[in-house]
Amino acid sequence: MLKIANKTFSSRLFTGTGKFSSSALMEEALVASGSELVTVALKRVDVKNNEQDDLLIRLKYPHINLLPNTSGVRNAKEAIFAAQLAREALETNWIKLEIHPDPKYLMPDPIETLKATEELAKMGFVVLPYIHADPVLCKRLEDAGTAAVMPLGSPIGSNKGLKTIDFLEIIIAQSNVPVIIDAGIGSPSDATWALEIGADAVLVNTAIAVSGDPVRMAAAFKIAVKAGRMAFEAKLASPVSHAVASSPLTSFLDA
Amino acid sequence: MHSFNDIFETHNWGEVKASIYAKTGADVEKALSATKRTLEDFKALVSPAASPYLEQMAQLSQQLTLKRFGKVIQMYVPLYLSNECSNICTYCGFSYDNKMRRKTLSPMEIMQEVAVIKDMGYEHVLLVTGEDNVAVHVDYFKKVLELIRPHFAHISMEVQPMDLEDYEQLTPYGLNTVLVYQETYHREDYKKHHPKGKKSNFKYRLETPDRLGQAGIHKMGLGVLIGLEDWRTDCFFTALHLNYLEKKYWQSKYSLSFPRLRPFSGGLEPKVEMNDRELVQLICAYRLFNEEVELSISTRESPHFRNNIIKLGITSISAGSKTNPGGYAVEPGSLEQFEISDERSPAEIAKVIMQQGYEPVWKDWDNCLTYGVQN
Repeated sequence: MLKIANKTFSSRLFTGTGKFSSSALMEEALVASGSELVTVALKRVDVKNNEQDDLLIRLKYPHINLLPNTSGVRNAKEAIFAAQLAREALETNWIKLEIHPDPKYLMPDPIETLKATEELAKMGFVVLPYIHADPVLCKRLEDAGTAAVMPLGSPIGSNKGLKTIDFLEIIIAQSNVPVIIDAGIGSPSDATWALEIGADAVLVNTAIAVSGDPVRMAAAFKIAVKAGRMAFEAKLASPVSHAVASSPLTSFLDA
Repeated sequence: MHSFNDIFETHNWGEVKASIYAKTGADVEKALSATKRTLEDFKALVSPAASPYLEQMAQLSQQLTLKRFGKVIQMYVPLYLSNECSNICTYCGFSYDNKMRRKTLSPMEIMQEVAVIKDMGYEHVLLVTGEDNVAVHVDYFKKVLELIRPHFAHISMEVQPMDLEDYEQLTPYGLNTVLVYQETYHREDYKKHHPKGKKSNFKYRLETPDRLGQAGIHKMGLGVLIGLEDWRTDCFFTALHLNYLEKKYWQSKYSLSFPRLRPFSGGLEPKVEMNDRELVQLICAYRLFNEEVELSISTRESPHFRNNIIKLGITSISAGSKTNPGGYAVEPGSLEQFEISDERSPAEIAKVIMQQGYEPVWKDWDNCLTYGVQN
């Protein structure tokens, strides 16, 4: 079982709520995904009157935990302000930290993210920061008290898969906190791959929401994540390109 | 100061226009197959040579829009605060020389209008005025922002261009987005259409987005008034402007509009007609050129056109709009800035969006994301 802060998760598929053609379809897809951690953009929900918010009402399942995100903020100050409001309104101290001052490519700001993580962790938040696949930043975030790291696989919304694979492998090898691959996962096979290399979980939104059949795609991701984790636990055989029959370089040792 | 004007000066209208009209089918095919498209590709896509490729452009535009924005369309509505204006614009119902009763809404009248707009379900509002530095000045806007901020998640403004210091003063009051249309990038014709008032200063208007970028505005909207000049050339300059701004003010978001000149009492007939097919071509060309830019459509367009454009690349739509100050509640019968073509209610438009398999989004911002905005 995956454990982040004080919560355990039987599903390693985390999901988002954006881009769906209707909130009813979103609900159906997220239920089919089996996801237990669902991120919600503060900008999309009625934070003040959240009891009446259609999107939030549709996520009221005992197995679904809300993960409010700060998408739209441009620096640490704004992120901290938003996180406090989210905690008060939605009664959760979990926060997905998204600080992308660049609204075109939505690239996370490492400096502001580190600053905000330090502050928010001190304030008792369970911080899950969206970041570049930067191994050193991950270690610095650990020191700052982050609950997990969420490096991107490729640009957010791009569906390009694990373009940052070499850096993700270093992050996974070095990390003392769960590693959740957050952006760019475009197909169930990408998700399987992420879990196979040892990622603790993946977060998928666009690939489900914009697919031809979001409910079936969500179910496909559910299976894919399970398969990837199972393969990781079963330990993959190393790929070998050809058979090695003799040892021409070391046979002299046997003489 | 370096501004867009430096780049603008290196382009010649006549040469740009000639190069657009010289584009061939081969240029269009090259643009269609490119993964990252350049300004030259954009020229090909808005050229007459692209017309036979319209269906292909629309399909690409739809795919790119879905990937970036998903199956959602944002809803917004204009709130006209004033029709007082010290400019003469040959195409505008609020022009200084147009004899009409002038009105600027008082705080109480604004709240009457707000009540109606809120009842329609809106969280995103666009404040519109004429350009009059006496009736509608920075202090007036501060008061209006303070007044309406508790009622809206997102506030945009389409008013006179202002100085950098003015924009810096207004952002802490919750101003998120500013729209400022150049009307036309044809400098000589611009002078003909704006013979009097502060607006006659082409360069001051051209450099307004620079000032907005320096003020750190969250989003700015660009566009030209289609019908004043050759739209293909004007829209190339819009794309050039966007390209420059995105690189320089990389922390701001951008949106584009493509208003076609609408009739008003005693007004100018369009010099250049753009038909529906050409407007679709333009929308798709903008999308193919820039995958991230927001594209907005207003009630200037007909119900038939608006119904069918939802899936083709636009990202926001207005509905139930009134283009006269007091039009929602205070003085519904007063003179409008222009006649709207689609009079359906926001609820009806939302239904049309849902029928197309998209979700109408009423709220996509929250004041809690802007630290320092006075609550």
